[in-house]
Amino acid sequence: MSFNNLDTLYRQVIMDHYKNPRNRGSIEGNPMTVDMNNPTCGDRIQLQLLIEDGHVKEAKFDGEGCSISLSSASMMTQAIKGKPVDEALKMSELFSEIMQGKDVDEGDIDLGDIEALQGVSKFPARIKCATLAWKAMEKGVDEEKQD
Amino acid sequence: MDVKAIREAFPVLHQEVNGHPLVYLDSSATSQKPIKVIEKLDEYYRGYNSNVHRGVHTLGTRATDEYEGAREKVRRFINASSTEEVIFTRGTTTAINTVAVSYGRANLSEGDEVIITPMEHHSNIIPWQQIVKETGANLKYIPLQPDGTIRIEDVKETITPKTKIVAVMHVSNVLGTINPVKEIARVAHEQGAVMLVDGAQSVPHMSIDVQDLDADFYAFSGHKMCGPTGVGVLYGKKSLLDKMEPVEFGGEMIDFVNLYDSTWKELPWKFEGGTPIIAGAVGLGAAIDFLTNIGLDEIRDHEEKLAAYAIQEMSKLDGMKIYGPDQRAGLVTFNLADVHPHDLATVLDAEGIAVRAGHHCAQPLMRWLDVSATARASFYLYNTEEDIDRLVAGLQTTKEYFGDVF
Repeated sequence: MSFNNLDTLYRQVIMDHYKNPRNRGSIEGNPMTVDMNNPTCGDRIQLQLLIEDGHVKEAKFDGEGCSISLSSASMMTQAIKGKPVDEALKMSELFSEIMQGKDVDEGDIDLGDIEALQGVSKFPARIKCATLAWKAMEKGVDEEKQD
Repeated sequence: MDVKAIREAFPVLHQEVNGHPLVYLDSSATSQKPIKVIEKLDEYYRGYNSNVHRGVHTLGTRATDEYEGAREKVRRFINASSTEEVIFTRGTTTAINTVAVSYGRANLSEGDEVIITPMEHHSNIIPWQQIVKETGANLKYIPLQPDGTIRIEDVKETITPKTKIVAVMHVSNVLGTINPVKEIARVAHEQGAVMLVDGAQSVPHMSIDVQDLDADFYAFSGHKMCGPTGVGVLYGKKSLLDKMEPVEFGGEMIDFVNLYDSTWKELPWKFEGGTPIIAGAVGLGAAIDFLTNIGLDEIRDHEEKLAAYAIQEMSKLDGMKIYGPDQRAGLVTFNLADVHPHDLATVLDAEGIAVRAGHHCAQPLMRWLDVSATARASFYLYNTEEDIDRLVAGLQTTKEYFGDVF
């Protein structure tokens, strides 16, 4: 493998999100808070969601992890903010398929920066890094529904 | 020690990974296997695979001889006084769990203490957490020095007359610390406690004499010492094992089975319920022959030199942080500037270099070090200074690759 292959993993936009994470921090008030970790490697993320009228009004994260897990969290919060919850869940589904290396039909959904993570699918050991934030989001939405 | 010839004995080392010759620096996770061990497994399955200790047929007798022969090899390797004291288990984890459940359940009660250290592998923490919850005993930790070592003064301070079990790893899989287990055992015995040593990272790399250490229990894994996965050993003093109940019940471990009650076989078989790990044990026997032929002192010497060389060369890199004491086993745990260990390991892998990244099954120790994860390069008899040069070059590449990020 050469740098070229590494570059398929570490795309510019990923490094940008890693260096300048969007929506890092916490939400004031009483948001839905989800803590999730990757027990095999020690990465951990805290995701906070403010869900109102079936929409993700606000999404913020904090945590420790590698460039892939943190940039993915940054991109995820950016993508779901302001979107209907159902659309956020649909995105999560699409993302999971992308991670499995499948060609996906995005339909009306705009994945934006997230597509930069496509290369992760070629690095099986790193897929869990990329999906951590999405799993946290799914869990948060799930818990919100039960409340 | 002829490392070149040793390398020839390990088929897996001779391959390219991602377009580069493989540099395997993850032997603390699991070692590679020499051809003798691979051939022994092949011989067993092709030649005389049979269940042991039952039936009268020829293959069964051969399999039993080989299986029990492996036990004798283990006995000699660690200088146990009898094969009754050598129990084959699935690995170190099962060995420690066996002691925690069997010895712990019978000997711990409310207010008693189990003593461990914050540097332990999860497999020498959680079994004790569980058994103290069950029995009402307390779990206590011997504090660590800033360099990741244990002072015998602290050992004496922590172990009290209430202490029933002391469980300490011989060699740290993260820091490389070599713990003074013989001295700790002495303190434990003075207070009437028994001493279990987690030998997963010591037995593969240095000569071990369980009688000299006066360990009551000593646990280790086959796969870290050139043997197959799925086999390990629990050594225990006969006087203790005799009084202990088995933890797995079923075939193989019984004497008489009545409708409502049963009795157990003698040692060591009462702790080996079910069809034993026959091929694994036979393979482990071949691994012991292999290591013994080379000599454990030579291996230890070789690894000590490699670790010193690695530290010397790695320290030249800006932003290199190495964890653990100066006097250490053959491994180096580190972080490089702000590059996350996963990212670092991925870049090294692209260069054909295999290292471990993560918490190394030692989350309490990671918190003690105040890091979420680290990278680790670990060495064995087949590693060379060239491997370390490749590692250092790979780390340089990593810095360059992530250089513009930070």
